[in-house]
Amino acid sequence: MDDLLREFVTETNESLDVVDVELVRFEQDPNNALILNNIFRLVHTIKGTCGFLGLPRLEMLAHAAESLMGKFRDGLPATREAVTVILATIDRIKEILAALERNQAEPEGADADLIADLERLADSVQAAAPHTAVAATEQVLGRPLRPGEVPLEELERAFRETPVDQPTPRKQKPESAEERPKTETAKDDEATKAGAQSIRVTVDTIEQLMTMVSELVLTRNQLLEIVRRHDDSEFKAPLQRLSNVTAELQEGVMKTRMQPIGNAWQKFPRIIRDLCNDLGKEIELELQGAETELDRQVLDLIKDPLTHMLRNSADHGLETPSERRAAGKPPQGHIRLAAYHEGGQIIVQFSDDGRGLDTARIKAKAISQGLISEADAEKLSDAQIHKFIFAPGFSTARTVTSVSGRGVGMDVVRSNIDQIGGTIDVKSVAGQGASFTIKIPLTLAIIAALIVDVAGNRFAIPQVAVVELVRARKGGDHRIERIKDTAVLRLRDKLLPLARLSRLLGIDGKDELEGGFIVVTQVGSQTFGIVVDGVFHTEEIVVKPMSSKLRDIPTFSGNTILGDGSVIMIVDPNGVARSFGSTVVSQMATAERAQPQRQEKADADTTSLLMFRAGSSQPKAVPLSLITRLEEIDARKIELSNGRHMVQYRGQLMPLVSMTEAGVKNEGAQPLLVFSDGQRSMALVVDEIVDIVDDHLDIQVASATPGVLGSAVIKGSATEIIDVAHFLPLAFEDWFRRKDQTQRRRQHSVLLVDDSPFFRNMLVPVLQAAGYAVTAVGSAAEALAMIQQDRVFDVTITDIEMADMDGFELAEALRADERCAAMPVIALSSQVSPELIDRGRRAGLADYVAKFDRQGLIAALMEQAGIGDAA
Amino acid sequence: MSTETDQVFNEYVTAMVGGQLFGLPIRRVQDVFLPDRVTKVPLASPEIGGLINLRGRIVTLVDLAHRLGLTRRGETPMAIGVELAGESYGLLIDSIGEVMSLDAAALERNPINLDARLAAVSTGVYRLEAQLLLVLDVDRVLAIDASAAAA
Repeated sequence: MDDLLREFVTETNESLDVVDVELVRFEQDPNNALILNNIFRLVHTIKGTCGFLGLPRLEMLAHAAESLMGKFRDGLPATREAVTVILATIDRIKEILAALERNQAEPEGADADLIADLERLADSVQAAAPHTAVAATEQVLGRPLRPGEVPLEELERAFRETPVDQPTPRKQKPESAEERPKTETAKDDEATKAGAQSIRVTVDTIEQLMTMVSELVLTRNQLLEIVRRHDDSEFKAPLQRLSNVTAELQEGVMKTRMQPIGNAWQKFPRIIRDLCNDLGKEIELELQGAETELDRQVLDLIKDPLTHMLRNSADHGLETPSERRAAGKPPQGHIRLAAYHEGGQIIVQFSDDGRGLDTARIKAKAISQGLISEADAEKLSDAQIHKFIFAPGFSTARTVTSVSGRGVGMDVVRSNIDQIGGTIDVKSVAGQGASFTIKIPLTLAIIAALIVDVAGNRFAIPQVAVVELVRARKGGDHRIERIKDTAVLRLRDKLLPLARLSRLLGIDGKDELEGGFIVVTQVGSQTFGIVVDGVFHTEEIVVKPMSSKLRDIPTFSGNTILGDGSVIMIVDPNGVARSFGSTVVSQMATAERAQPQRQEKADADTTSLLMFRAGSSQPKAVPLSLITRLEEIDARKIELSNGRHMVQYRGQLMPLVSMTEAGVKNEGAQPLLVFSDGQRSMALVVDEIVDIVDDHLDIQVASATPGVLGSAVIKGSATEIIDVAHFLPLAFEDWFRRKDQTQRRRQHSVLLVDDSPFFRNMLVPVLQAAGYAVTAVGSAAEALAMIQQDRVFDVTITDIEMADMDGFELAEALRADERCAAMPVIALSSQVSPELIDRGRRAGLADYVAKFDRQGLIAALMEQAGIGDAA
Repeated sequence: MSTETDQVFNEYVTAMVGGQLFGLPIRRVQDVFLPDRVTKVPLASPEIGGLINLRGRIVTLVDLAHRLGLTRRGETPMAIGVELAGESYGLLIDSIGEVMSLDAAALERNPINLDARLAAVSTGVYRLEAQLLLVLDVDRVLAIDASAAAA
């Protein structure tokens, strides 16, 4: 098509869109001369161009409209009828333009009807009401102009020609490939005046650019993959540079695709205005965040859903003014559209203050359509019932009005939004209104995805939907539990439904859920877990649309080519979410409600342990809190003196103690576990430090070997628990003896109550080292027996979790007995929480210390008993 | 036989599938390739053989044997690349034959007793010396019912 013509059509369409919006604004604000002048100028330009290009039909229409607009400027009141006729003229012009574009010529016909209307309105009331604008031009200053002042005519002209803010300032909209011909008039000046340097580019060019960049990203990924496998490669540095440049290029090209969402909203004010007329309602439309940018492709796809929701709301959601007044609402209905960026997505909120959703009717319809049984429907909350409006074929409009269309309901809106990988959710309060929240990805093309493994097959899960990754294990923070037959994941304090990806895809996978990887995913307001066999890494992938033969599979949203060239499917979290039937959801809801205070005793006794190897391949462990420091020293620094190994450490000689015959290394790195007490340090020699883990410490097999307390299962392996107290004196014989032996102070006495021999063994030396005389008993009963025997202690330290009588009860009992009412009682527990501390205080505990917090214990003792060596 | 000026020849790319010889109009054939590293698509219709990466494009493989109700023979399937509505497909075949130039006038209607599935995608047959050549309509071959997959 002729370039000039093509450009004319494009620009005129744009101008007409602006005129549409401006006319509606003008109608609401008829005294705004700025808007009026803007509209006038646009119509004037259109008329001029039509004449220039030899388009008589359009020229006549534009001319008639311009005349009427001119009359407005002269003071003719802009009645509703007049505006409606002008809007109708705009529509007619658009139709002609469309035909022009198709056939390269104006369609046959005359617009006598519209022109007659326009002329009639223009001629009516020639004698205009006094208008200040007209009066102004005839005003005379009455004195000569002073220097610097500008004559009135010039002011007027400048006023008229000042560019007004366009609703779509971004001129990077595609269409014609060349710059505008210089024959264009005011609009051209405006563009250069505004200073915005921009050019027009065709859609195709941008699309091609985008494709090229995508290919570049893929190729870069391929190269990265290859270089990753070769550790030392001279390609690394330039590839890094290439990678950065590619990322920037990608970002730059993405920007060109971005358009403000206001473009989709442009027509809304006009639509609402027409609807108000047709339906006899009063509606105020509020648009917020029109400048929020999103990908052009996404924009195209949400235009229709939003328009549909707008019509729905105006038609069914909002009540007539009289109904509203009866309900105590302001007669004018309110619709609000807001758009903003959040967390890598665009959020579009659509809300009205109308009737809200009719829960009863939706429920009835869902039951009648067989979507849910009556019994199950009873168990659902209102919010869950509202979700049914998105079910296919669902419209509940009682009458099919021409406004909202035939049964095209929210289900179509939902599927449109699905197509772009978005989600929609609804909240409604009967009588107050409804609000829809749409979340759509920022861009369709390149996304970050998590690559997972299911039975040897790889799949991608969009990173944006992934909340966290957990590994299910018994007794851990994350456990698999069962409700009836469904497996759910306990994630901290929530229960999440689980979907086994292998089962969903009909692949034979591992049956065992324990130890499996779970991708915690969030879609809309739903959070759930996807069970996979393995997790690889995150990769930036180019989303390629699914083959039309595969598009209907709800579990997949697209496919992609990975860095290594293989094709993998992209899992659609929406699709997975939908696989959860309502029964699972309600079952879980019941389970959650029946979950009052299930004290998680299971979590109580996990301890931080340091795992290591010394002298054999069997793992050994020691409570981490006992260790001061982990070190690794050069074995050549170890000196032998007086038959003992030692090393110079922080300005002092530190003895090394081996646990086995193996002894110290001669060369290389020697790992050490360093224990310090005040100024002195000693180190335990180990072969290899393995890991630091959290696990239950449950010594199952006691040991007769000195230095070993027993064996426990730690992380699935039988582990020797080392008795540190045995080794410490080997370094310094007097480790547990008081440093200062010249001063004989009265030793304070401590009663230690703990039902675990391990802890008693461990704490006794610690307390003795701090200078206390310790008596240790294994139960509260024994402790009370001691008191009965008139034994006196300065302070009692007690465990909380004991069988029979627990620490709280013991404290209360001690308080009650006058013999020891004044004796402070300190509690030791692996569970510390504000509630428990409170409880302790009420029971009369002087302090509450975490188990294994040696420093804390010593400090507490000092405070309570008043003495003791500083730890 | 009429003179050359009146004779119209159709060129076909021929291939064997399940023991039967088929011909595809040459202008519909993009290329012939050996599918490598096929990704299976779970939940897809059984007529879809999988997806592959061919020079950067994702190609959907169509299991011709399955589509035509035949049993595939031969170990490594080749594929004939075709395009429809901007998408790339690979029709899986047992072996590739030669390009044949056949007299358009010799194209006959499908025999009445031809299997329904074959008749649905074929536009006619050529009676060659030793066998029948079935001419395939690419568009009809690719008219796979996608919704069958989304069960």
